[in-house]
Amino acid sequence: MKRRWGQWEPIESLAESVRSKRISATSLIERSLKEIKTYQEYNAVILTLENRALAHAKQIDKFVNEGKNPGKLAGVPFIAKDNFLLTDSETTAASNILKGFIAPYQATAISRLEAEGAICVAKANLDAFAHGASTENSDFFVTKNPYDKTRVPGGSSGGSAAAVALGMVPFALGTDTGGSIRQPAAFCAAFGLKPTYGLVSRNGVVAMGSSLDCIGPITTSAKDAAVVLDVISGQDTLDSTTVKSDPKGYSDISALNLGGVKIGLVKEYLNQGVNNEITVALNSTVEHIRSRGAEMKEISLPSIDLALACYYIICPAEVSSNLSRYDGVRYGYFNADVKDLDSGYIRSRGIGFGKEAKRRIMIGTFVLSSGYYDAYYKKAMTVRTKLIEEFKAAFEQVDYLIGPVTPSLPFKIGEKSANPLDMYLADVMTVGANLVGIPAVSIPIAFSKDNLPIGLQVMARQRDDRNLLALSMAIEELINERD
Amino acid sequence: MMSNNLEFTPTIGIECHVQLNTQTKLFSGASNDARFAEPNTLVNHIDFGLPGALPVFNREALNLAIKAALALKTRPQLFSTFDRKHYFYPDLPMGYQITQYDQPIIIGGKVDFKLEGKNFTVRITRAHLEADAGKSMHPAGKDYSLVDLNRAGTPLLEIVSEPDMHSAKEAKAYAQELYLLMRYAGVTAGDLYHGNMRFDVNVSVSNNRHLGVRSETKNLNSFRSVEKAVNYEIKRQIDLIKSGKIVVQETRGWDEAKQKTLLQRRKENADDYRYMPDPDLPPLVIDDKYVNAIADNMPYSPDFWRAKLKKLHLSDDHIDVLINANIDFMHAKYLELIMEFDEQGLNATRLANWLVNIDIPLTKENKTKIGSNRNRLYKEVNDLNSKGTLSSTNLKQLITVCLSMVEPPKDIAVFAEKEGLIQSSDSTELNKIIEEVIRHNPKAVSDVRSGEQKAIGYLIGQVMQLSKGQANPELSKRIIEEKLK
Repeated sequence: MKRRWGQWEPIESLAESVRSKRISATSLIERSLKEIKTYQEYNAVILTLENRALAHAKQIDKFVNEGKNPGKLAGVPFIAKDNFLLTDSETTAASNILKGFIAPYQATAISRLEAEGAICVAKANLDAFAHGASTENSDFFVTKNPYDKTRVPGGSSGGSAAAVALGMVPFALGTDTGGSIRQPAAFCAAFGLKPTYGLVSRNGVVAMGSSLDCIGPITTSAKDAAVVLDVISGQDTLDSTTVKSDPKGYSDISALNLGGVKIGLVKEYLNQGVNNEITVALNSTVEHIRSRGAEMKEISLPSIDLALACYYIICPAEVSSNLSRYDGVRYGYFNADVKDLDSGYIRSRGIGFGKEAKRRIMIGTFVLSSGYYDAYYKKAMTVRTKLIEEFKAAFEQVDYLIGPVTPSLPFKIGEKSANPLDMYLADVMTVGANLVGIPAVSIPIAFSKDNLPIGLQVMARQRDDRNLLALSMAIEELINERD
Repeated sequence: MMSNNLEFTPTIGIECHVQLNTQTKLFSGASNDARFAEPNTLVNHIDFGLPGALPVFNREALNLAIKAALALKTRPQLFSTFDRKHYFYPDLPMGYQITQYDQPIIIGGKVDFKLEGKNFTVRITRAHLEADAGKSMHPAGKDYSLVDLNRAGTPLLEIVSEPDMHSAKEAKAYAQELYLLMRYAGVTAGDLYHGNMRFDVNVSVSNNRHLGVRSETKNLNSFRSVEKAVNYEIKRQIDLIKSGKIVVQETRGWDEAKQKTLLQRRKENADDYRYMPDPDLPPLVIDDKYVNAIADNMPYSPDFWRAKLKKLHLSDDHIDVLINANIDFMHAKYLELIMEFDEQGLNATRLANWLVNIDIPLTKENKTKIGSNRNRLYKEVNDLNSKGTLSSTNLKQLITVCLSMVEPPKDIAVFAEKEGLIQSSDSTELNKIIEEVIRHNPKAVSDVRSGEQKAIGYLIGQVMQLSKGQANPELSKRIIEEKLK
């Protein structure tokens, strides 16, 4: 895969260079900050943390000089989506209601990265509260696709994906509730990993749909994603839904031998009106994988057509609940020009939340209200259980499921923003993994004739993240050979 | 017109919020003891509703809920879940309360109690764990309100009864027994003044087979107010019906100053709390082994003690006094003391009477300091008493004096003698000597009588001489003074 911008060395080699004094952490951070400035016009970043990052780099260099171990990710710069809390820094989730909010603590994922010497250089743009698939719902500005400035980078982790594609950092953190890591990774020719639900702590990350939210890296390779996952994954006493990481870890993976590997092609995904260029790229990759000895077969997930509807009930329900705390009373935007409490709530939330947040709050409030709960929320939960069973049955036949990430190529800015339903359809192939809680990746496999990125989605069994990444490495090797 | 009221049957159900006696809050590591803390000092990320903060369940609360289930004569549910109950209020930082709506930790159970010699049983519908909200204050005459989040996240067990009560007395007796059950099981600190247990009473009246419309009077924090509020509601509702009006379903509050219930809000438009399962908290799953381990270490129940005391032939009134005093003054360990006496073959009934008649009244008046040293005191008093050397008045005097000391005297017999409380043959001997001394020293006697204090010393010296140093000078002094009064 040819990428357009200056690329970083693999993360492990960068850290090794810092540890062995071949390069200083400070120079890595300076390079990152320079790249951020150079590509400012893409609006990938909400806030640059120049002083904090340089101070941190200085400390790492001091560690190295004193012969202390600065960690597995020593001096490696990264960008966090602006829904990760970072101590003493502004965290907005790209929303007006949180503008100016200074976080008094930080996300477990950030702390784990910092403990291994990684350095957060900036906060990336997103659709406000991660509601969207284009970053057009950011209350601040739209991020532009690095491969075509008139197009969206995908979302909601659009800023993170664009930042990695533009070479600002070797990796960025994103969140994926219905495809928010994989879809922008596909739109920006980056590698995106949505790990197994619970593998990475959600503590300190602004919640969207708590039963669906996953935290993961956006990188330029599967190997780099594994290196980052190795650091951020594992149980956290502050998040009761976390699970143990793989006892073997993730960072030492190598490309999976494709001989005899059983891979299922999700039949239903192929009939969803997928863009022809995406279908062609997918088919050619599938043939390529088959040629290396993998067993490919079509798999049916009969209820997957209901996944999107199911998602757009469960997710807004949780959103309406999770956004209740933003009332302006303790922090965030408050409109004091009111006579009583209720109008205070209405004014503050009415002005502070953007259109999409309000839309989801209304949908969620509706499906949870008495009289509608059984017809919507409960039914959606039943479908969710059915989906879990169907995926389980599929994984009895094959080890991996493969398909497109998105039905379309990166779309034009403004093309879908007038029609929210159209925008929701961008998630049609990604929400399944969130509802079921399984790991899934987006691997860049080709460019369209207009040079727009195309991604491939691979899903695996719950807790099989390690093998999923090893398979991804093998597919990357095939793509590189081809090119 | 009381006789007319008899046509009406009141029906009462009670919801009780029991504050669990945990070190920390239900979902955060902040301290659960807000009694003496400055406002908003016991507040963690989740208690403040910060973005990204997640609840972490406190297992101590689970163990206490299991104890509550056992105290209510049932077993806890092995699978229970948490839900979110949504409403907006400044003292509810997350905009929802975490509670157990669908699958609570306790389903079923009962409370048995005695009232005026009759046995009653009130069935328990359910009991669920939930996090308390913070406290809102509305200073009079100000244009602002204040919120204290110290209480936000405090673990509560809400115990819901079936509508099995039919009088204010029954309601009060149920509340009292529930309180005892929870206190004896160690579920709550039970400080009613600080709202450790709050009662909501649902009252309806009916003169036919169907239940009437009920009112709910919330946040009663004493047994007396439970009784009064129920009585007030029964009368208010009967009056309404008799005057041709209807009872409206509504929430009311008890005004202690006015001694009446007041309307808080109507329930015509039922609140929609939009309950949903809390995705941040996995289900609570326990097994029988886990429950059994707790059952094996359950403290004795009030009924266990009642039976024990009954065997000692104590009256029901005395049993009540002891049962209540045992938790009102936990450090005194009254019941353990009685049991120990009984087990050692000592006279436990007599001890119980000392406790009821002397110790407990003094302790109530804050006049005892002895604490955990009671044990030794009563054993020695018991020994001394067995020798029959103390009158009952002197015995009471001795116990009273000793209870006011932190350390009981080293040798209680010597102490009693020094205090002049022992009726021994020695003391008759001493009397004889003193009478002799008085007879032989008229000058000194008349000096004492005319207020010459030094002369007493002379007389005591004579007594000492005559008794060859055996007499107790203190006691001698008192007897001489008595005789020369």
